[in-house]
Amino acid sequence: MSILLDRESRVIVQGITGRMARFHTKDMLDYGTNVVGGVVPGKGGETVEGVPVFDTVKQAVEATGADASLVFVPPPFAADSIMEAADAGIRYCVCITDGIPAQDMIRVKRYMYRYPKDKRMVLTGPNCAGTISPGKALLGIMPGHIYLPGNVGIIGRSGTLGYEAAAQLKEHGIGVSTSVGIGGDPINGSSFRDILERFEQDKDTEVIAMIGEIGGPQEAEAAEYIRDNITKPVVAYVAGLTAPKGRTMGHAGAIISAFGESASEKVEILSAAGVTVAENPAVIGETIARVMGKAA
Amino acid sequence: MDIHEYQAKEVLSNFGVAVPSGALAYSPEQAAYRARELGGDRWIVKAQVHAGGRGKAGGVKLCNTENEIHEACDEMFGRRLVTHQTGPEGKGIYRVYVESAVPIDREIYLGFVLDRSSQRVMIVASSEGGMEIEDISAERPDSIVRSIVEPAVGLQEFQAREIAFQLGFEAKLVQQMVRTLQGCYAAFSNLDATMVEINPLVITGDDRVLALDAKMSFDDNALFRHPQISELRDKSQEDPRESRAADRGLSYVGLDGNIGCIVNGAGLAMATMDTIKLAGGEPANFLDIGGGASPERVAKAFRLVLSDKNVQAVLVNIFAGINRCDWVAEGVVQALRELELEIPVIVRLAGTNVAEGQKILAKSGLPIIRATTLMEAAERAVGAWQNDLTQNTKMRAV
Repeated sequence: MSILLDRESRVIVQGITGRMARFHTKDMLDYGTNVVGGVVPGKGGETVEGVPVFDTVKQAVEATGADASLVFVPPPFAADSIMEAADAGIRYCVCITDGIPAQDMIRVKRYMYRYPKDKRMVLTGPNCAGTISPGKALLGIMPGHIYLPGNVGIIGRSGTLGYEAAAQLKEHGIGVSTSVGIGGDPINGSSFRDILERFEQDKDTEVIAMIGEIGGPQEAEAAEYIRDNITKPVVAYVAGLTAPKGRTMGHAGAIISAFGESASEKVEILSAAGVTVAENPAVIGETIARVMGKAA
Repeated sequence: MDIHEYQAKEVLSNFGVAVPSGALAYSPEQAAYRARELGGDRWIVKAQVHAGGRGKAGGVKLCNTENEIHEACDEMFGRRLVTHQTGPEGKGIYRVYVESAVPIDREIYLGFVLDRSSQRVMIVASSEGGMEIEDISAERPDSIVRSIVEPAVGLQEFQAREIAFQLGFEAKLVQQMVRTLQGCYAAFSNLDATMVEINPLVITGDDRVLALDAKMSFDDNALFRHPQISELRDKSQEDPRESRAADRGLSYVGLDGNIGCIVNGAGLAMATMDTIKLAGGEPANFLDIGGGASPERVAKAFRLVLSDKNVQAVLVNIFAGINRCDWVAEGVVQALRELELEIPVIVRLAGTNVAEGQKILAKSGLPIIRATTLMEAAERAVGAWQNDLTQNTKMRAV
């Protein structure tokens, strides 16, 4: 098993005719992802990489039975596309777009509350690398070959740092059940806590790895949730020990603006909740291997 | 993006927030002239810099005569104001704002922020105006009033009234406070602000509610739909390297160390800095060249990192996902040929086509120090920097 995404997921790509979207559509198809369509308003009837394009998400869902979507739409229009997916009955949406205005995301989150919880779309991102259930499906832009199928669930805010962690795991011969990028924006679709809940319920996930960074309350909120609700071992790394206060470090959300938002404070809070913290990014794989050795 | 106090006041007053009368000046003479125009016999001269804590640093002066205005301005213009928010290099003073002084009865703190826990806009207010919000939270947490705005309907009047009564406003002043709060929220949401801070908001002796100071920050990602806000940008208040980077689509933050970093991805860039520190060095900068890492971007990144004269070694760490290592390697080789560097360059490539990338680096004939893991890269960078340092010292000794 895996979470959010598997072989059966029927995927559409919103904004499929863009250069990057075409490239990654091919990559996802090559990986074995069941990409069934694309959506670009006004380009219905075209095909991209052998996949039919529709004008609206509703049409795509009706024609293909799509239940997952990857949003590759430019920042000014991305929020609208996410809401369109939510309204058309898509179950899981990953938004790759970096640079969406924060207040657009506030509106998106508010909009999604229109739907009762059992009908509400799950959103991860924006500003993330996507989600992969290795050996099954890839919904995003990550290089599939660095992930082995296995039993570690990864949740990360950063794309390339997530790759780093997966590559270190591969070195140790350790595989991944699902890796979920929650993105680097201050207002995002899913938090660490939301994804932790799913990994706790997934029988194929034995250990959960959290790759956090400076800024925001989500690591601390996750720590509290782990302490009270998670029975599986959790390993964490928090990037940005050397980051100065009050400066935005690339990701719009990576800024220390309140107590508990620095890397050292987050490490302390996570450790206190029983999380095994990797001291530095070079030993993320090693730390997980050690925890799994103990768990076995 | 931050804007100046006088700009924030103009923006807010367009949304119905009352502010004292004031005018901008670019010279002491102009400041004195502005004061005459404003009338009255007491003025405040305020240095316009993008930082808080101006008062304590000598950037705000009360003046009773034109002469005093001249003196205050002479001390400010051309100087760099160092406050607890600016860092030791301070911010240049090129504009001052002259404002009519008002009699103050009470000072209130008022802030609007993006609250990441509720993922909504939160209003934070306190009866302890004039203090920094950090100090209020530490010393008088009981004085803080919070209210979260429902994004679908915006700030409701009852919420604004609640805040006013909680802050102890007299009934006759509540409506003015409601207007102030609604004006601030409208400005915040219509203009995609990320922060509005009025500290202090004052109640004057003649029963007016006025924003005595005002700070606003805007969402860089939303500036495309607010050209009138983009125009308020003042590059003199930014680190020149950071603005140059931003203009080129790179994300750069200058730091105090000696090892320059070129990395793709913000998280990996921070992790690389942390590893350098762990290996015994100090990073000179944060630099995220984005997921793509094309040869042109790598070359731009080198130029930017090297514009910091403290940089004595450069560590390139690229994890190729979207892009390929061979492509990145070509970019590095091309940049190094053009720039003829005299300091050590350490390159760590990982991900797609890593073997081809390594081959290109090896074949180039350039003195590139290669590394396979993150730790190895950091250790080699620190080692090479220390070595270089020892050699230079020896040469100087000879």
